[in-house]
Amino acid sequence: MAALPSESARRLTPSATNKEDMTLNAATNNPRRRRVSAALRAPAVATLLAAAFAANPSVTSVASAAPSPAPASFATNCGTKPITMLGYFETGFPDAIDLAKLFTKQHPNVKWDVRQEPFAALTQDAPLWMSGPNAPDLIRIPTWSGLVKDHLLKNMDGYYKTFGWDKFPASDLAQLRVAPSGTPTGVGPLWGMGINYSMTGVFYNKALAAKIGMTSAPKTLAQFDALLAKAKSDGLLPVEQFNSAGNGGLIFPLQYLMADYNIASSGSVGAINKWVFDQPKATFNTPANLKAVEHLDQWIKDGYFNSDANAVPYETMMSRFEHGQGVFIFDGDWESGNFDSHFPGKYGFFLFPPLTAGGKQGAMSAPLTYGISATAKYANCAAYFLNWVATNPAARELNVVQGGSNPGGPPNLPIAPVKPGTVTAQTLAAGNVIAKDDGAMGFIANATGSIDAEGLTPAVQKLFAGQETPTQLLQAVQAAYKQELSAP
Amino acid sequence: MLSSISETTPRATGALRALTNKRARGLHLQGWLFVLPALAAYAAFVLWPIVQVVRYSFYNWDGVAAARWAGLANYGTVFSNNQLLTVIGHAFELILFFSGIPVVLGLATATVMRRFVTGRLSSVARTVLFLPQVIPLVAAGIAWSWMMSTTGAIDEVLNNVGLRSLSRSWLGDFGTALPAVGVIGAWVLLGLCTVLLSAGMSKIDATLYEAAQLDGAGPFREFVSITLPGLRQEISVCVTVTVIAALSAFDIVYISTVGGPGFATMVPGLEIYQLAFLNRQVGLASALAVVLMALVIICILPIQWAARRGDQQ
Repeated sequence: MAALPSESARRLTPSATNKEDMTLNAATNNPRRRRVSAALRAPAVATLLAAAFAANPSVTSVASAAPSPAPASFATNCGTKPITMLGYFETGFPDAIDLAKLFTKQHPNVKWDVRQEPFAALTQDAPLWMSGPNAPDLIRIPTWSGLVKDHLLKNMDGYYKTFGWDKFPASDLAQLRVAPSGTPTGVGPLWGMGINYSMTGVFYNKALAAKIGMTSAPKTLAQFDALLAKAKSDGLLPVEQFNSAGNGGLIFPLQYLMADYNIASSGSVGAINKWVFDQPKATFNTPANLKAVEHLDQWIKDGYFNSDANAVPYETMMSRFEHGQGVFIFDGDWESGNFDSHFPGKYGFFLFPPLTAGGKQGAMSAPLTYGISATAKYANCAAYFLNWVATNPAARELNVVQGGSNPGGPPNLPIAPVKPGTVTAQTLAAGNVIAKDDGAMGFIANATGSIDAEGLTPAVQKLFAGQETPTQLLQAVQAAYKQELSAP
Repeated sequence: MLSSISETTPRATGALRALTNKRARGLHLQGWLFVLPALAAYAAFVLWPIVQVVRYSFYNWDGVAAARWAGLANYGTVFSNNQLLTVIGHAFELILFFSGIPVVLGLATATVMRRFVTGRLSSVARTVLFLPQVIPLVAAGIAWSWMMSTTGAIDEVLNNVGLRSLSRSWLGDFGTALPAVGVIGAWVLLGLCTVLLSAGMSKIDATLYEAAQLDGAGPFREFVSITLPGLRQEISVCVTVTVIAALSAFDIVYISTVGGPGFATMVPGLEIYQLAFLNRQVGLASALAVVLMALVIICILPIQWAARRGDQQ
């Protein structure tokens, strides 16, 4: 099953909507209150709003009394007593469930009560579930800031020391560190862990690439430009890309280009991560980013994308690409397993080429993040599970072979061998390049909770339709970012 | 005697009045007892939540943490934020499609059906027209999204009849997205209006049409002088229901465009949802919900008032 970018690399880092240090008040929250479904009829908007937020804003709950401290001492296993862990996993990601099953196989006293929820429900309802009386032991966390600020997450610094997570690459954990006030990201205590790590780049249709004379991955952006131009002149669609509302796929090439121009101007992708992590004085409106948007704008004007991109959702893009439409797509390695199993030998992957040959490369890289509720019944077992996923050979093999994902963990641990020449082999190799170049970036669409919906996606849609200049795009995104971060 | 009558009558009248009052009070109480279950449910699930939303609108609140008093600041934001005002404007644009097209087309369709379609065919026609009301809006939104894509039925037809220059991604084009969403709404509501208006037409006395025909009135004159005045109540209901649907649109927009491209189809219902559940600005979302509720009332009251006034005349 095709994993959505929104369910994987995207939106994994915190939302930051409120700056004040507040206490919780979830005394009457229903932990199972579901998201507002498409059946919401707006005459009842007021009613449903009230129903969704049934908590009394003036009441303070027990859960809010104090931030969760890092546990000082605890069991580093799941014991021997039979327990049932409550897990909230993301719909469409069977790997997490398979890992849980494998864990039970190795630890028979641990059973799982897994509830699968779509990404949107996890985003919207995690605070309600986690502040309720039956808080999940382990939960897929799309956005961190609000949960950290509201003291709903378990501080994992104690586990970090005990399990030796200092041996993990610091960059893998950076997106899981959030200041106790909710912002910025990248600093402060550890609040979660990834069960695997995704990375983005360019997929290509090997048959069509051969037609335009592509014998190896382009080594520079200029070479890639030439390939796009050749595809266009040969009557092929150079890039099939999704960019429908709520699913702004042009953000992918935009951030690749931003990485190139930022590396060219400052030697690293640090400025981009600074913005993604809501660091003070970070701005989107920089000369390097302007060059990136101008480059993307030129691609749009040259007609390199499908003309209906603004109405094409992710699934349609994948379907079209798998049916031979488009030489390239900009996407992530969560599709590696799909390509290898359903279209062996037909597709390839390369990292977005740098401005100069041999230069550093950047890619969005994000963990599939899980956290532990501050009031979780079996927090220690949940932490043990997260450590087990990253270090147990069988779990690591499952992540690589079945999911096509990098299992993370200490770099000295082996990665299960995959068949040479497969897309998975290419994406895993690309991960090493990004690690060497220190080119891992948080996804810009994750910078705040609604920057994607309220800022980036509308902006790239307007750019695509010629309704906005590159300068206006930068200004609009930065304005939306500032507005959200300064919201009361 | 007179004096005794004059003495007893007020007493008797008083007793009668007391009895009547007692019975009236009993009936009154009985009435309330009958209403109570529904009233309790209405109060619990409609009135109280509305009160709560009004209350939330005076706070800054993320839905979990303690709220902070904001006074009228959230309302200030609603009325000063250009994007929120544009969103409200979109809702009014949708009235043209959700209300105008179904009512006008519904009148035309019902009239044609009354004059030319009878018997079993009439039932079949009504059923077919009413079907969109039965289909879940989510399914309708998905089906229309497919039809309006560049590989969908609409562009296929345009391409095949030599109008390739007109074909486009209807829901992805800034110029056509909102009207395209409006067309979906019009399709959904047309059947409801047609059935309501057909039912209304069947109540109009047939002799009125006969008399008009004897006086030499043509179909148009019949329509203007008999059908339209006879359907005042039904038209009022149609306009009320469809205007509310337009102002509070959510599901069709959510499924077909999610408010895009850009903010071209963003409507208040969807904006409230995004503010509350993505931005976690429950106070601002509640303020917009209250404003939306007020707008619906402001739009509906004149329609109801005009319909009642017409009846009294």
